[in-house]
Amino acid sequence: MKNSSYSHGKKVIWLLFFVLFLLHQDFWWWDESALVFGFLPVGLAFHASFSIACALLGWAAIKFAWPHKLEQFAEGEINEGVEKR
Amino acid sequence: MTTLVVIIFYLCLLLGLGFLSSRLFRGTSKDYFVASHSIGPFLLLMSVFGTTMTAFALVGSTGKSFERGIGTYGLMASISGLVHAGIFFLVGIRLWAFGKKHGYITQIQFFRSRFDSDRLGYLLFPILVLLVVPYLLIGIIGAGKTIEPVTAGAFTEIFTNPSAPQWLGGIPPWLTGLVVSLVVLTYVFMGGSRGAAYANTFQTIVFMVMGLVAFVYIINGLGGLEQAGKVPARINDAGVLVQDYKFDRKAGELQKNEPPKPIGKVLNSKNSNLTNKQPHLSRTPVLIEFKKKHPKTGEISFFERELGIPFITFVSYFFIPLSVGMFPHLFQHWLTAKSAKAFRLTVIAHPLCIMVVWVPCVLVGAWASGVLPPGIPPPAVLSAMLKLLVGDPILTGLLTAGVLAAIMSSLDSQFLCLGTMFTNDIVVHRAGTKKYTDKQVIMIARLFIVLIVALTYVLAMWAKDANVFDLAIWCFSGFSALFPVVFAALYWKRATKHGAVASIISALLSWLYFFHLSGYGGEMVIGPGIIPAAVCFMVATIALIGVSLLTKPPSEETLKKFFPRG
Repeated sequence: MKNSSYSHGKKVIWLLFFVLFLLHQDFWWWDESALVFGFLPVGLAFHASFSIACALLGWAAIKFAWPHKLEQFAEGEINEGVEKR
Repeated sequence: MTTLVVIIFYLCLLLGLGFLSSRLFRGTSKDYFVASHSIGPFLLLMSVFGTTMTAFALVGSTGKSFERGIGTYGLMASISGLVHAGIFFLVGIRLWAFGKKHGYITQIQFFRSRFDSDRLGYLLFPILVLLVVPYLLIGIIGAGKTIEPVTAGAFTEIFTNPSAPQWLGGIPPWLTGLVVSLVVLTYVFMGGSRGAAYANTFQTIVFMVMGLVAFVYIINGLGGLEQAGKVPARINDAGVLVQDYKFDRKAGELQKNEPPKPIGKVLNSKNSNLTNKQPHLSRTPVLIEFKKKHPKTGEISFFERELGIPFITFVSYFFIPLSVGMFPHLFQHWLTAKSAKAFRLTVIAHPLCIMVVWVPCVLVGAWASGVLPPGIPPPAVLSAMLKLLVGDPILTGLLTAGVLAAIMSSLDSQFLCLGTMFTNDIVVHRAGTKKYTDKQVIMIARLFIVLIVALTYVLAMWAKDANVFDLAIWCFSGFSALFPVVFAALYWKRATKHGAVASIISALLSWLYFFHLSGYGGEMVIGPGIIPAAVCFMVATIALIGVSLLTKPPSEETLKKFFPRG
């Protein structure tokens, strides 16, 4: 993967991470006790869906932001040196 | 009695697995400590998940949901799915790279090298042990609380002093704790990290499958999914918390309480419209006064409990899952994984595994509020529901074995990891690699593990009535306060040895301060509802940044080693 698309992928993943963090604070359903499918409280249903979204984000991070260079460094394919940070 | 036989059979099966893995043991210390770097993606997922989800996940989450309702899931489970996966990706893979490149197997080896400080290891080791101990305790306490209710009536002549009258003749917590400790000790002794990884995988599968089976049986006991949704305690128009249903053991079915049974009254809530609400199904904070009967004297007393979750507390719980970044056993998994690709399955599947285990537990806890007495100890809620709703003793035994599997799959890795650190980072590090033979090194690790198991057992008996969920949160709080050190070590070149020391000491002191204020393991919030973990984290971060900027930067050589180009 080219450096620019890797860097772009990383930024999108960070953005999605931040969006998910905000969605986690679901104050809009705080007092709600209605049941989804007749048994699942809406607050719990939302957070269970949130867990699925986390798994999808993990998949996207592996697909678009996998640290190939770090892997190569560990396997000895890249020489050491100080990165710019 | 049949239930007990099934549980004993399961424990024997585990010992057999330990014996089998001992046949694969190559006899070297490297194989004992890190299974010669042979842990692949599936074993890694099962091991990481099995170790992270302990009594805390099954017994603790059900008990917490019984106390506070479904907000328990968002508080810990869903945020863990996000933060854990993020840490596996950002911290785990980077640590794997340095472990692979430079040969580290424990986190102390990594920190000593990154901060170029021998003493840092001696500072960190006792702190890590101190923080792991509460996590070990909850396993032993959780096991004791689970077995006593489900074996009630088995030995009425022998065990005459139960924790509650209805559990007369049940296996007492001290005996369960002893047996569980010995079983775990035996298979860790025999198979080392390979034995622990196999046992973890086996037990994680057992507890996930058994958890789902238990869930199905509990639903059936409550009369189906839709009926189960109506069971949680309800607030009536007079502000009284009532149970609309009861479970008739003889008829084996749920029956309506006519009139509804009052169990508590509302003292305070910000929500003025609570009539006909089931507070366990939302997160509205409601203060309730309950009454309970003393298990032995029969004396009636009153106690207050807040249901729901204050919003600020919920937000500040974000800091708790950061603890996985500093857990010694996870650190060791990261440093010694077979390849970076081994992490991929864990990053994706970990949030889903959490969901599969936590959603049923949280629902069962909320449903339990409608059929169990409110004064029941929270760690006993899951087993009390099994005992009440699942009549078949064989099935109850299998389901209880599942709970024990979750508990033991966490204990083994922790014990082994502490033994590995003590041997490598303290004994061999001080004496040099030539002083002890490989066999002696393994023996030292085993002896240290025996010592830790004995200490844990004694402490667990002392703290046998502690709340499993709250004690685990204290353990996580300490590790999350140490998280800034690992993050800065990996991502901030300017982080220095003195900054790391200042951060570790600040984390420890602030944690000890709040832990003391909590009465050593109780639930605690600061000001408007902020949890102590957030404050400890901030204090440790400020100390790290401030002291690092004031002290000499790391050498060029260290930076080259830990900040590769690209």
